[in-house]
Formats: sequence, C-alpha cells, structure tokens
Amino acid sequence: MSQSPQATGTRAGGGIPPGLLLFGRGVLRVIPVIAITIFGLLLVTFVIGRFMPQDPVLAIVGDRATAEVYQRVYLELGLDQPIWTQFWIYAKKAMVGDFGISVLTTKPVIEDVGRYFPATLELATSGTFIGVLFGVPAGVLAAVYQGRWPDYVVRFVGLLGYSAPVFWLSLMGLLIFYANLGWVSGPGRLDVGYQDLVDEVTKVVIIDAIIAGEWEVAANAFSHLILPATVLGYYSMAYISRMTRSFMVEQLRSEYITTARVKGMSEAKVIWRHALGNIAVPLITVIALSYANLLEGSVLTETVFAWPGLGQYITSSLLNADMNAVLGGTLVVGVTFIVINIFCDILYRLVDPRAK
Amino acid sequence: MRFNAALFASALLAGVASVTMVQAATPKDVIVMAKQIDDIISLDPAESFEFSGSEVLGNVYDRLLTFDYNDVSKIKGEAAESFAVAEDGLTYIFKMRKGVKFQSGNTMTAEDAAYSIQRAVTLNKSPGFILTQFGFNKDNVSDRVRAQDADTLIIRLDKPVAPTFFFYCLTATVASVVDSKLVKENAKDGDFGNAWLKTNSAASGPYKLVSWKAKENYTLAANATYWGDKAKNKRVIVQHIPEAATQRLLLEKGDIDYARNLEKDQITGISGNKEINIQSGVKGSLMYLGLNQKNANLAKPEVREALKYLVDYQSIETNLLKGTYQTHQAFLPKGFLGALNDTPYKYDVAKAKDLLAKAGLPNGFSVTMDVRNVSPWQDVAQAIQASWAAAGVKLELVPGDGGQVLTKYRARSHDIYIGNWGPDYQDPHTNAETFAINYDNSDAGKTKTLAWRNSWDIPEMTKQTLAAVLERDAGKRAALYTEIQKEHQKTSPFVVMFQQTEVAASRSNVSGFIIGPSFDNNIYTNIVKK
Repeated sequence: MSQSPQATGTRAGGGIPPGLLLFGRGVLRVIPVIAITIFGLLLVTFVIGRFMPQDPVLAIVGDRATAEVYQRVYLELGLDQPIWTQFWIYAKKAMVGDFGISVLTTKPVIEDVGRYFPATLELATSGTFIGVLFGVPAGVLAAVYQGRWPDYVVRFVGLLGYSAPVFWLSLMGLLIFYANLGWVSGPGRLDVGYQDLVDEVTKVVIIDAIIAGEWEVAANAFSHLILPATVLGYYSMAYISRMTRSFMVEQLRSEYITTARVKGMSEAKVIWRHALGNIAVPLITVIALSYANLLEGSVLTETVFAWPGLGQYITSSLLNADMNAVLGGTLVVGVTFIVINIFCDILYRLVDPRAK
Repeated sequence: MRFNAALFASALLAGVASVTMVQAATPKDVIVMAKQIDDIISLDPAESFEFSGSEVLGNVYDRLLTFDYNDVSKIKGEAAESFAVAEDGLTYIFKMRKGVKFQSGNTMTAEDAAYSIQRAVTLNKSPGFILTQFGFNKDNVSDRVRAQDADTLIIRLDKPVAPTFFFYCLTATVASVVDSKLVKENAKDGDFGNAWLKTNSAASGPYKLVSWKAKENYTLAANATYWGDKAKNKRVIVQHIPEAATQRLLLEKGDIDYARNLEKDQITGISGNKEINIQSGVKGSLMYLGLNQKNANLAKPEVREALKYLVDYQSIETNLLKGTYQTHQAFLPKGFLGALNDTPYKYDVAKAKDLLAKAGLPNGFSVTMDVRNVSPWQDVAQAIQASWAAAGVKLELVPGDGGQVLTKYRARSHDIYIGNWGPDYQDPHTNAETFAINYDNSDAGKTKTLAWRNSWDIPEMTKQTLAAVLERDAGKRAALYTEIQKEHQKTSPFVVMFQQTEVAASRSNVSGFIIGPSFDNNIYTNIVKK
C-alpha cells in the first residue's frame, strides 16, 4: 500500500503534457536572462543619458529662468546626488512600474508609452505584413530564375529599397501618391474631420474604428496608414527578399531537391513545400529582425508622415534630455525585442520538429 | 508551366493593392494649421514659456494689459479698463473691465487678477522672473498685490521704475488672468492648480482650450460669451507636423489652411502658386554671434570689429534666409522703444584685414564656432566660414543639437556661438538686461546674461543700463538706450546680424491671421474661410 513520494510526484506531474512542461522550464530558464538584459539596458541608457553633454534642467526651465529657479529644479531632479544613487532611486521606482513623469508631455511616461507605442505597432506590423507578402514570393522567384531577368528585377528593386534613404522614399511617396495622384490620404493618422470620433480602446485607430462600427473612420485611417506602411514594407521587403533568395538558392542546389524532382514530384511542391519549408527557421529570424527593426527604427518615416509613434517620442525626448521618457521608451523597445525572440523560439518549435 | 503560373499569380496577387480616392478640403468654420508644437510643455500661464505655448495662451487668456499690434508703443487695457500710476511712482491702480465672464461662467473680479499674479510669483516657474524682478516674492506678494474691492487692483513696487517697463511686463502671458475659483477647486497639495492647469484652461479669452495632446495637436473652440470681438471661426485645430516639406505638401493639397514652419526652400517652391498666399510679420528675435572673451584673440577690440566687417549680411539675407530674416545690427529689435536701426557694418575684407593687422594678426587666426545642426544655423555658419576665410580667419564649425550647444554656451566653454535671442516682453529692458548687463563676470556669477556668457566685463555699461530702466520720461529713456546701443554695436563681442520675420503660408481662400510682434500676439480670431 505504501507509495514512494517520487511516485506520487510523477503521477501528479503526469497531468501536464510533457511539451508544456518543457516549455515552462524553458520560460523559467529565460526569466533571469530577461531580468539581466533589462537591468543592463536601463543601466547603460541611464549612464549614457547622464553623461550626455546636455543639461536636463534646461529642458524644464528653459534658457531664461533665474538661478534660483534653476537650482530648485536641479535639486528636484536629484542631480546633486551621485550618479549611482540616482540610478538606484530610479531602478527602485521602475521595479514597481513607476517610470516617472515626462518633462515634455507632463504625463507619466507609462501613459505616454501606452499612447505612442500602439501607433508604432500599427505601422510596423502593417509594414512587416507588406514586406513578407511581397518579399518572400519575390525572393523565391529570384532564386528559381537565378541569373535570368526575374532575378535581376527582384534584385534591382531590392537594392533600391536597401540603398534609398527612407525619408526620401517617404517624401517621394507623398509627392506622387498623395499630392499628385490623390490615391491616399496625407500625413497623420486621420483626417481632421474624423478625429476624436471613436473611443480609444486599443489606441490602434483602425481596430478602434472597427470595434465602434465606424467604417468610414476605419477607411480613412487605412487610407492614412497604407502609404507609410508601404514605405516601411518596401524597406523590409528589400531585406526579406534578399535573404529569402540566398536561402533558397542554397536549398535548390541540395541533393534532396534533385531526388524529389527525379521522383517526379511537381515543381510547385518541390519549391513551396520542400525548399521553402526547409528555410522556415532562418526566414523567421530574418522576418523577426526586420520587424524589430521597424518597431524601433522608423523615426524618419514617423517624422515625415507626422505619425505620433514611439521612435519620434524617444528621439525628441533625447534631444531635450527628457531622460525619464528616453528610459521608458528604451525599455519598451528592449522588452519588445525579448518578446519577439521568445515568440520566434516558439515558432521554431512549431515549424521544425528538431528544435523540440 | 503550371508552377510558373502559380508563381507569377502569387507574386501578382500580392501586388494588387486597394486604394481609396481622397477628397481634400478642410471643414468650413474650422481652421486647420500645421505647425511644430512639440515645444509645448505646459499651458499654465505661470509656467508656459515656449513659443507655441505662448501662442495658445495669447488666444485663450486675457491679460490685464495689452498693446496695439501695429504700434507696440500704444499700451491699452484688456482685462483692466483703465490703469494709472500714483505720484509716488510705486503704486499702480487698475480698474477692472465690467461684465467680463470667465468661460466657466464665473465673473472676473480684481480678486482674480490679484490671485493670478500671486500664484505666478509664488510658483516662480520659468517666466516668473518677469514679475519677481519688481521685488515680489512669495512672502510679500499677497501684501503688494491685492484687490481693494471687486473692481480695483492695487500693486505696489519696491522701487520706482519706468512705468512702461512695468506695464509691458503685465502684457506677458505670465500675467494672464486666471479664474481663481476654478483653479482653487482643482488645486492639489498646495500646487495652485499647476498640475491641472498644464492641460486645462481657466480663462476668459476669445477661445476655449478643448484639448492638447502633447506632440500631436491642440484644439481651440470659439468662446461664445467673450466680452470683446468674438472669433469669426468656430474652431482652430493645430496639428503637429514636424517636417517642413510635409507641411508644404499638405498645404498644396488643401488638407490644411495654414503651414506655419515653411523654410526658405519651401517658400521659394510655393511662391508661384496662385492658390497659396504668404504673409509675414516682424518678430523680435535676433540672430547673432557671441564671441567669448576668454579667447585671447577674440578679446582684442580690433578683432571683434574686424569680424563684424567680415559677415556678408546682404548675401546671407538674400540667398540663404530669403524673407525669414532681415539685416539688423543692434540689440534692440525694430519696433522697440529706442531701437537703433543703423546698419553700419557691410562686408569689407580690406577694412577687416587692416583691423586684424592692427591687432597683430595680419595672417588671421583659427577659432571654433558651435552651431545647431539644423537650418538656418548651419547654412549661415557655413557662409560666415567662407567669408572669414577671405581675411585668413580659419573658422572650424562644431555641430551639435540645440540642447548641447546651449549647455556649452551657458558654461562659457565655446569660442563663438551662433544663435538667436527673442525678447520676453515688449520693453527694451528685456534685451538690454541680457546684452548689456553683467553683474559678476566670475565663473561663479549667478546671473547668466548673454554678456556674462561671453565673459564680457562691463561695469560701466551695466550701470548705464540699470539707470535707463529707472528713467520715467519715455523720450529721455529712448535716448539712453540709443546711446548704449551705439557703444554696444561698436565695442561688444556680439555680432548682431539679423532680425526674424515670421512667415505663414495659407490657402488663398483663408485670411485674417494676425502675426503680431511677439509669439503670444499670433491671433486667430479674425481668420475666415471663403
């Protein structure tokens, strides 16, 4: 009748599927890594911010304030403390979710980020979607027709996207499709007449408009989104198509492809299922990198299109030494990178059984 | 063949994008502007001190006094109906305008006016010095500034000054009259309602603040109960469009009525467009070079004067600034009491070489200049670099962003600084106090006037400038400033070069925007759309 404690344990553990258990263990393993990454990110950003040859007090009081006002704000910001003490105070507050107040917007940083990040997310996600939609087929096409005209076309178009400055592409896009042809709406997220018509639920305008059933607003938001998303999408397509092409070229030279063809398998199946299936893992990495890149690096596009996103927020905060805002924004970008990485890990496991 | 078709189909399918035709035009009665408004950090009159914030406050609040935008010397009452100074030169009496209502419905009284000044002095934020320079502080202000009755406000200064000096300071946004009842209701932890007033308004002006979203937009709605001339439009929406080229596209397309930050390139580009009008107004902001006297070469009087002869004012104005600045060479802007409008310096290499030779530098010298890495600073700095080289002065440009350049300037660690200075109020003392006063030239000096920043030790001129502010006779006072400017123009380490002209471009069916002499005088009330 007696049972060993281990046996009980095994039986209790038997309720959880082994895959999930493995995943759970994986998550437990990455938590310390995530914590250290975030801590390091904060520390480096903080130190760089403090050593920047720029006076953070000026951002608040301006150039004209009296010495008395200047001194008061200097003390309020805790700048008289040693830098490590300053960091410790900041880190303690950050741990409980208090990232301080942004000087420029006068709102808690967390609220600001909650406002600007969805705008960036909307733009970057649409951009990546367009990039993948065009980039992967284009890359495959180029690989299949390697050294022939479709290959040259794809490579030329890719090179252009790679080398043309993104702000120039943005301005040209506006000039042609907005100003001359009038196919799309101009800068900003909505026309003036449509602003403040729908409740902000997700703060992604299109989704909010759909939730509210305001189809006209959604259409207007789409018409504002499509051009900046296409510019970013083009940029991302250039990268994805290049990488897809090189991965595919390598696969198509492999012996298993020859074997499959010899066995009489249809060419479409050979290419789309076997070759493309085999490059899924590196391709996911490429797409994830490109996505992460758009999430934090679309400052210029945001500026040209007057898109109130996180890139613009961090940049203008940095130029005004608004360090709370810079730290908060950087942290969000860092966490997003980590989340994308974890998501990729999960995807690897799904598409490649060996990764399990 | 089958796979080829599939391949092309998938690539083509992805290429099909749906597009919507877009109809441009802004709603009638709603005026839409594109402007860089990310400098706004607060809309509390006691705190706001940025250009864009001033413009909002100027349209939303009434101040005790204002002036004629076409003739700054004509000071008139706004919230105050009449005003006078007593014989002693210390006591000022203001009679409040009757029947003025705040947007909340509360009636404005002298209590509100007293409270507004008391709170601005007690909070003492960035613009607080405009009031505290008259001797007010948080301990004495409730005694010195008080309502005698509902209609009468009495203010007592600590020393007699030129009355216009005090009056002009009351025309600044920091002296806006706030709705004391409403503000007190929203005060928290003794903050005088500062946290609330940053994003709300408690005002009586021609517009109500509907909303301000930092770095996105602000919206004003006409105040139907305004006591004065009511706004001729219903709403003004100002969108933050950071990029000038984007502003131009929006304007050409008709999606906005006004583009407010066009640069010379865009202005040139649209000048032939019949659907667009360009208007401009002279602002008080001056573009100048500050020569740090800690640099032994720049400290030589001949070198300072030589450099003034080495700027090609006319060419820079015509080719680089194109209507956004005009040549002006004295520290008081055109339009100010006593402003000196002479432009004695012209580009003259031979004369400059003579002066450099007299200074013992016949072959010139090397020096650095800190420059903001944006237009127009960079362009002007490069032009100066080229013209100085003609006399052997090798100028190295050190680019940086605004905050960095300013931090270095305030620490006096520059050689030469290129930047601008705009007056804080319309009295000559605002510029005289910074260009021509240096109380203590030591590094520990607390008042970082521009003279101090350039290490220019001027005990005599400081005395003269301080005397000018006490002169109560306007004519004599103007003469004093003219004299100081003449001396300053010749000997100072400031190469004052240009005065700013603010340019706004609009659709041709829209008119009535007033570009006043200071940023809080950019008024929306008369704008109409046909």
